[in-house]
Amino acid sequence: LPIVSSRRTERLLNLVICLLHTRSYLTAERIRELVPGYDDAPSDDAFKRAFERDKEDLRDLGIPLETGTNSAFDDEPGYRIARGDYALPDLTLEPDEAAVVGLAARMWTSATMGEAATRALRKLEAAGVEVAPLPDGLQPRLEPTDASLQPLAEAVRDGRVVTFDYRTGRDNVESRRTVEPWGLVWWHGRWYLVGHDRDRADTRVFRLSRVVSTPKPTGPTGVVRRPADLDLAAVVASYDAAAPVLTASVRVRAQRGHGLRRAATTVTAVLDGWDLVELPYRDPAHLADLVLPYGADAVVEAPADAVDAVVERLVALAGTR
Amino acid sequence: MSGATDHLPRLLALVPWLLAHPDTPVADVAKQFGVDERQIRRDLDLIWMCGLPGHGPGDLIDVFYEGDRVSLSNADTISKPLRLTLDEALALVAALRTLLGLPGLVETSAVDRALAKLEAAAGGMSDDVVSADRAAAEPGVATAVRTALESQRRLRMRYWVPARDEADERDVDPIRTFTAQGAAYLVGWCRRVEDVRTFRLDRVLEIAVLDEPAEVPAEARRRAVDAGVFTPAPEDRLVTIDVDPQARWVADYYPTEDVTEQAGGGLRVRLRARDDDWVVRLGLGLAGSAVIVDPPELAAAVCAAAAQALAEYRPNG
Repeated sequence: LPIVSSRRTERLLNLVICLLHTRSYLTAERIRELVPGYDDAPSDDAFKRAFERDKEDLRDLGIPLETGTNSAFDDEPGYRIARGDYALPDLTLEPDEAAVVGLAARMWTSATMGEAATRALRKLEAAGVEVAPLPDGLQPRLEPTDASLQPLAEAVRDGRVVTFDYRTGRDNVESRRTVEPWGLVWWHGRWYLVGHDRDRADTRVFRLSRVVSTPKPTGPTGVVRRPADLDLAAVVASYDAAAPVLTASVRVRAQRGHGLRRAATTVTAVLDGWDLVELPYRDPAHLADLVLPYGADAVVEAPADAVDAVVERLVALAGTR
Repeated sequence: MSGATDHLPRLLALVPWLLAHPDTPVADVAKQFGVDERQIRRDLDLIWMCGLPGHGPGDLIDVFYEGDRVSLSNADTISKPLRLTLDEALALVAALRTLLGLPGLVETSAVDRALAKLEAAAGGMSDDVVSADRAAAEPGVATAVRTALESQRRLRMRYWVPARDEADERDVDPIRTFTAQGAAYLVGWCRRVEDVRTFRLDRVLEIAVLDEPAEVPAEARRRAVDAGVFTPAPEDRLVTIDVDPQARWVADYYPTEDVTEQAGGGLRVRLRARDDDWVVRLGLGLAGSAVIVDPPELAAAVCAAAAQALAEYRPNG
């Protein structure tokens, strides 16, 4: 098997060189004569099958194979590779740019993305970019990434509808979604897909870590229409947490409640070792989440519904003894 | 993908790479391409059989060795690398975009410029496809950390320890930074405890780069390589928590020992905790949607803390 495979690779490499070299379109028959490896095809049919498969492989690899004729009198189509579209465009990176690219390539902890990044680096180097070594001590890492990132990015790029199984966070229920994907966003340490959910007929934000099947593109390319002036990050932000609009007054013991002090709009010293902080929040449940971990060091003073939310949960907890 | 479609891209990258890096030891080439030396030699043997139609002596690609070093010539048609595939472009662009969310750790303008160039070169991988929020956090802390790392100087900072809800001042000699779950961390030699410690940058309340040089014991520098976010150790206390359906996120959010489904959609979560105060705060924060079941003394501590907090609301009891 390795011998067969390496002979096929050799044939493909020769085919690429031949089709990049030629200015005119080459017919299949001409290619059969020129490229070593087709000569051992036992029949015309066997050659045709091998050549079809090779063309498909080249296209799968992103090699821009063109079909055409050299003159109006040719009735058989020929092939060549568009040189301009084949090669990575010239790229000059300043040293600081090359350094961050090198850093980015090493951030992945997942093997597939890490290997893709390494292949990309080799290509950049092959194009003359010198990727500088990592600055000492600087080593950001990305979490093992969701396997759905790449298929979804492909669907976004191609403007294709995509389907996947999705598990909601609230009730842990899985369901099949059909989505017109608009874009992917990195938001506070996680990847999200923003798009139009066809079944729900509305804009939806999906967390990639909850996509439980490999996303499958369906239908033709170029059918997805993104809204004009779409700000992906803003959409996720609006879903992630409705911006805090309410303000609560919270009494915080001196030298305690640092997390609340950081989130506060104002901190005023009052008496007897307490400070009063003004704390933005979304709804009473959200305020309770913020304040409860501080126990008796943080006491909500107002508004009343926020006080009630905290007291209710404290009562529930104290009653479990 | 078949073997050939895996193999061909490497050859099409190897040829221009070697043209740009003549006279490279075969072992280094192998390392760069993530395969073993024998494979690279097989690749080169194959490349050497290929060339322009006609395949006469002047048409084939030349591969020549000098000792263990290799160079290559007569490969004009494939002297440029194939453009980036989607997964390659995505791997670079997506990682660069996440760097923008960590201000101060890197020069943001360099990231922006690199992104613009890569997106132009990669076609179709614009910020329409992948985007990222720019961190809202003040970059002052990260900038100070980066400055200290670059100039090998000591940091003085006021740091908030949420588990105990205390802020303290300490001098730290920086060793390295890393990111996890969207937050940036500093690993450093804490001079007060004389040990390696990990600090979350968004919990640094104040920071200054001192004039003193950083002095990190060599042994600490070695250990700092493994230092990361909290990883549970066997000697940490095992805590059992029953969470209601609305608090299932607990199992996603914290490193757990095991998780069992409960009737009614809840979970029984077991996790390890180093700090009892932390467990009490967790229990308080989950009031109404989760109950600590074990160990009993921590369950009691949470109830006591809740009663104490309640007393603040009902002074007359």
